[in-house]
Amino acid sequence: MTDTLRRFFDSDIWWSFTRSPITMLSAIVALICILGALLAPWIAPHNPFDLASLNLLDAFKPPAWIEGGERAYLLGTDDQGRDVLSAIMYGARVSLLVGLSATLFATTLGVTLGLLAGYLGGKLDALLMRICDVQLTFPSILVALLIDGVVRAALPREVHDQIALFVVIFAIGISEWPKFARTVRGSTMVERNKEYVQAARVIGVSPPRIMLSHVLPNVLGPVLVIATLNLGLAILSEATLSFLGVGVPATQPSLGTLIRIGNDFLFSGEWWITIFPGVTLIAMVLSVNLLGDWLRDALNPKLR
Amino acid sequence: MRKLLWATALACGLALAGANADARTVRWAASGDPNTLDPHSQNVGTVTMVLQQIYDPLINRTQELGLAPGLALRWEQQEPNRWRFWLRDGVKFHEGEAFTADDVVFSVTRALAPTSNYGIFVDTVERAVQVEPLVVDIITKIPDPILPNKIASVFMMSRSWSERNNAARPQNTRQREEMHTVRNTNGTGAFRLTARESDVRTVMTRNSDWWGWKEETSREANVTEIIFRPIASDATRIAALLSGEVDFVLDPPLQDLNRLRQAPNIRVLEGPEVRTIFLAMDVYRDELLYSDVKGRNPMKDLRVRQALYHAIDIQAIHRTTMRGQSVVTGTFFPSQVNGYVKEEDVRLPYDAARARALLAEAGFPNGFEITLDCPNNRYINDEQICQAIVAMWARVGIRAKLNAMPLAPFFAKIQRDDTSIYLLGWGVPTLDALYSFQSLVATRNGAQGDGIWNYGRYSNPRMDALIERMKTQSGAQRDEAIREALRIYREDVPHIPLHHQMIPWAMRSNLTIPHMANNQPYFRWARMN
Repeated sequence: MTDTLRRFFDSDIWWSFTRSPITMLSAIVALICILGALLAPWIAPHNPFDLASLNLLDAFKPPAWIEGGERAYLLGTDDQGRDVLSAIMYGARVSLLVGLSATLFATTLGVTLGLLAGYLGGKLDALLMRICDVQLTFPSILVALLIDGVVRAALPREVHDQIALFVVIFAIGISEWPKFARTVRGSTMVERNKEYVQAARVIGVSPPRIMLSHVLPNVLGPVLVIATLNLGLAILSEATLSFLGVGVPATQPSLGTLIRIGNDFLFSGEWWITIFPGVTLIAMVLSVNLLGDWLRDALNPKLR
Repeated sequence: MRKLLWATALACGLALAGANADARTVRWAASGDPNTLDPHSQNVGTVTMVLQQIYDPLINRTQELGLAPGLALRWEQQEPNRWRFWLRDGVKFHEGEAFTADDVVFSVTRALAPTSNYGIFVDTVERAVQVEPLVVDIITKIPDPILPNKIASVFMMSRSWSERNNAARPQNTRQREEMHTVRNTNGTGAFRLTARESDVRTVMTRNSDWWGWKEETSREANVTEIIFRPIASDATRIAALLSGEVDFVLDPPLQDLNRLRQAPNIRVLEGPEVRTIFLAMDVYRDELLYSDVKGRNPMKDLRVRQALYHAIDIQAIHRTTMRGQSVVTGTFFPSQVNGYVKEEDVRLPYDAARARALLAEAGFPNGFEITLDCPNNRYINDEQICQAIVAMWARVGIRAKLNAMPLAPFFAKIQRDDTSIYLLGWGVPTLDALYSFQSLVATRNGAQGDGIWNYGRYSNPRMDALIERMKTQSGAQRDEAIREALRIYREDVPHIPLHHQMIPWAMRSNLTIPHMANNQPYFRWARMN
């Protein structure tokens, strides 16, 4: 274990990390967001989902440092008396959950199809890549909206509310997979003709095994970069869907939902209801994107 | 050649300038869009606010909500069961048909049809008969002293146009039926429909042949075109007004009133509306459709209804959610309505401990689950009110799920009785208590108007008897019946009343329009400078 750690701290990646203050700052911000979200049930000052604890008379309290604010509500309260800070922590949980799951889904799907297309080639390759081409002509948010709309129309409301979270994850994931598939396919086609693959083929290793244990590890580098960058995009897509009111159900407000609710109070001076979730969203997506950029540079041998 | 071009450009410019000087377009926005344009299928303010620009009733409302000649010049109760109307001569529908007594007979008959939602206004009517081409009699089953108040809400349609377009009966909104009258209109009113795209925009242009432009109140009116656009988002609607993209907002969000009052070029008109917001619940079924209580209906137990009532902190809603723009009430119509009794306008006090005790007494010490149906673009802050109530109920153990919907699916849902508890607002166009009693708490028995908006299916024989008395009696006897019915309403808790709405209107300051307590903008009285 210590050995692995030492190897990690000796690596180029760690070296480039320590040389870039922006990357370190992003990592800290991302860490704060993730920890705040993960530990929300234990460290959030209030539970915004416990309706019995809400008091309408606490509504519209400004942040603590402004006159009229209360220490108990650091970032103020919304129109129903919910603590904005707690709502953000719980909301970030939903946003991160959807973002991570959607990215994981897109990665799995994209890598699998990309490997198959690149390694097997032929008609399968042509078919999969044409599907990719078609899908890349649509903005991903449109694909996500379409899927969400179809599911909403097809299922009764009760059922839909229960599976809404999975629908959003599926919708965002399915709209992002072509990027992974194309990258993996390209790398696979390069690796396929290399000698170690030919050697494996000659000694009779089965194609699935070659793909999994020989080709896959060598094409994963770029996938890691895309996945990180895609995480930011997925979080944004979810926020957009929820802002439009078609994303996660209202009982599980994500950052996008909070921004939408706050939007109604933008003109009336209660800016904190929408600004703080918005700032959190920006901080989260920006730090993830900066980390992704850094990872891309760190893994690129040409830039060393 | 160049000269010709210049001349053309100049001519075009002049033509445009001329058009601008005459064309007075009012761009009007509200949160909801009418779910139909059929004049008799939805008795809903969002629908009538557009239809009353296009269609005329026999009797019009004045700016003070009194009665004034409309398509009828005068009217008289000639016998106890017979009202006679003398019609205006020379009135034409927008598509050119002359308006006659036969159209009145047709329209009244249409409002009596089973698919009509306007039965409440013609509940006592047996039939309408043409006496002469411009004289019509309405024969009632019982003596009806307030028939003119009711007929003032029934729009007149053309018989030949309706029959030609297979629209002789009203559209069935419950089934979301599609027919000609849903998207097309042919009235006699001040404006004619020129374009209609549901949920996008509705355009009406001035009908210069309208008989009423000569009236005192309309002489100054100069609006030539109305463009109505529904904008559901509060912030977007107000941004549109502030940026000059719309001229008139019927329902500005309460949280923005302060800002609007201070904005230059914006005027806010304020006043009370004759509309009460309340919750009504299913007290009919043996098992609620949307609840975890099986085998019995908790709402049938008075103590449960009282508990839900006691649990609501109405002052908090008044101060926070409504920002003071409401009149808290313990009854279901405001003081402007004939029959209002101050002593019966008393709420069950806010008392969470009492609510919990009542629930325990009724056999629900741990509360129960229920779904609250709520519109989200019909009444002022409707969804926010429901959210607040859900939280208040949670404190006494009622686990309510909020189902907030736009008005079209919401009304379709409750009109199928597909609800366990719902929020509704009720305006009183007749300004008489009978209208509220009859539509909301009379037993639904198939008779015209009785209980047609009573989707909780509350039924009390004593209440029904009193409502029958209100229909026929007058004077002190009738007042006595209303008073007793109000007492039963207070004690029986068929509804949980919340408040009467205040209705601010916001507009650009170059628009002048009288503020109306029925929340209807009459552009025939509006002036743009």
